[in-house]
Amino acid sequence: MNLTARKVKAGQNEGIGPVKTQSFTFGHFPAPFILESGESIGPVTLAYETYGRLDADASNAILILHALTGDAHAAGYHEGDVNPGWWDDMIGPGRAFDTDRYFVVCSNVLGGCRGSTGPSSENPLTGRPYGLEFPVVTIRDMVSAQRRLLDHLGIDMLLAVAGGSMGGMQALQWVVSYPEKVASAILIATTAEHTPQQIAFNEVGRQAIMADPNWNNGDYYGLGLPDKGLSVARMVGHITYMSDDSMNEKFGRRVKDTKQQFKFSPEFEVEGYLHYRGYNFINRFDPNSYLYITKAVDSFAVANGKPLHKLLEGVGTKLLIIAFSSDWLYPPYQAQQIVKACKMAGADATYCELRSNYGHDAFLVELDEQTYLYTHFLKKVCDGRRAA
Amino acid sequence: MAGVPHEMNGNGRIDHRLILEMIEPGSTVLDLGCGTGELLSLLIRRRGVKGQGIEIDNHAIFECVVKGLSVFHDDIDRGLAEYGNRSFDYVILNQSFQQVKNPDIVLREALRVGVRVIVGIPNFAHIVSRFQIFFRGRAPVTPALPHEWYDTPNLHFLSIDDFLRYCRERGIRIEKAFYAGAKHPVALFPNLLARTAVFLLGKGK
Repeated sequence: MNLTARKVKAGQNEGIGPVKTQSFTFGHFPAPFILESGESIGPVTLAYETYGRLDADASNAILILHALTGDAHAAGYHEGDVNPGWWDDMIGPGRAFDTDRYFVVCSNVLGGCRGSTGPSSENPLTGRPYGLEFPVVTIRDMVSAQRRLLDHLGIDMLLAVAGGSMGGMQALQWVVSYPEKVASAILIATTAEHTPQQIAFNEVGRQAIMADPNWNNGDYYGLGLPDKGLSVARMVGHITYMSDDSMNEKFGRRVKDTKQQFKFSPEFEVEGYLHYRGYNFINRFDPNSYLYITKAVDSFAVANGKPLHKLLEGVGTKLLIIAFSSDWLYPPYQAQQIVKACKMAGADATYCELRSNYGHDAFLVELDEQTYLYTHFLKKVCDGRRAA
Repeated sequence: MAGVPHEMNGNGRIDHRLILEMIEPGSTVLDLGCGTGELLSLLIRRRGVKGQGIEIDNHAIFECVVKGLSVFHDDIDRGLAEYGNRSFDYVILNQSFQQVKNPDIVLREALRVGVRVIVGIPNFAHIVSRFQIFFRGRAPVTPALPHEWYDTPNLHFLSIDDFLRYCRERGIRIEKAFYAGAKHPVALFPNLLARTAVFLLGKGK
């Protein structure tokens, strides 16, 4: 998800400063990484960043999980970059995920294209990029891969997992897959399963990519990229991340002042904005990764047809569930379904619907209330663990 | 819910103290309209209860999170469908009963979900209220009913006798009733002299 209005509030301090993305590779022959589908893949590399310092007893680790098109670079600055990581206002000294207290890990997902193994990575069997040879991956696969990374970092127990949108799905999957390894979870603007509407929007995006002649059945590496298709996919995505109100506020019916080249050149500012977002996306995202990752979120149904509350029974993880009032991509009712399951299971959970006009983007933009909530929530989780 | 009487003394609100006395240690509690979570924290601290709250106001929920409570943003008028019968030892409606749209439905749901239900109400027929209505001809504004008519969260104005009659008509058994003034219990003529009342309800006569 991109950061449309992230410059809402600068941190009170300089933040983390310079950071570097690292990587961890596992699943080497003859012990590849086994996927939920039964297929295997190896070796697997995950890109990740860490901020802060791990305690001597490795008890202060928080795993941050990114959204659909995010990456491991959640905070601080890469050398030479003007913009910081995608959640920099939330991660750093004195911020919600306070790096003076916590050791924060953010990992890129399996299937991605930002330093982790995905369809654009080299297939060791052919020496060429996987393309469509890449196996189907699921949210659970992403989480299992992250578990391997944490083992590598010497973290057995997480103080918290936190994420919005697809990151929230991973966080919920963490709770269900490893309840005894996660003391708390912050689930933001997310769902326990994708709905037909969410699948439909993603399908439009996938069809746009696959309809681009350059796509060439996913075998376009080293050739012309299906940039037009990916751009349309991204445009659809951006529409769903905003709200009617936020679009009105941001663009109104204002027109661009450039001369029209032909009848259907972008005329309104909103069109120009979508084009800009779409065209730039090719610089940082692989079209095949977009296909695989949207498929992973579409197939996500954490309870897999079973009642979710059965999965949460006896789970000791403390949950904080957040939704935003104007989010129509992941509407509050979806968060409430998780909440309902928590109530039925007697889970230690808190739910709050925050008021915002920013639609789904709110989790990247509405930072004050989130900062207040997460700061205090994490403090209580810490106190609780110290007392136990 | 916001806007509750502020009758403080050295030991906290008297209605909270009365409720504290009613609750068995180690029990499970659902606080409907828990506000900023003061009562729930008190019960967790002093009675070791396992507690949950439901609250409609965002900022009140923030304060609950600060206190480390488990609270759900919801409207109790929508019912408690997620909860099974008798899933809590106590369901509490303290100062929130008169604020819901459908007291009948909310109390019926509370009695279904809780083995016992605690209801705390401000007494509209307290002598000060009566004087304000009778002599000044104005809607009462008192420590127990601190809001002006145009910004009150209260939707229903009932007296202690109203509530007793209400329970009698519906076959709701009142196991215990406590009446209080600003700081102390009231024994005589509660419908005239008590500002607030707290009832412990059970099912059946």
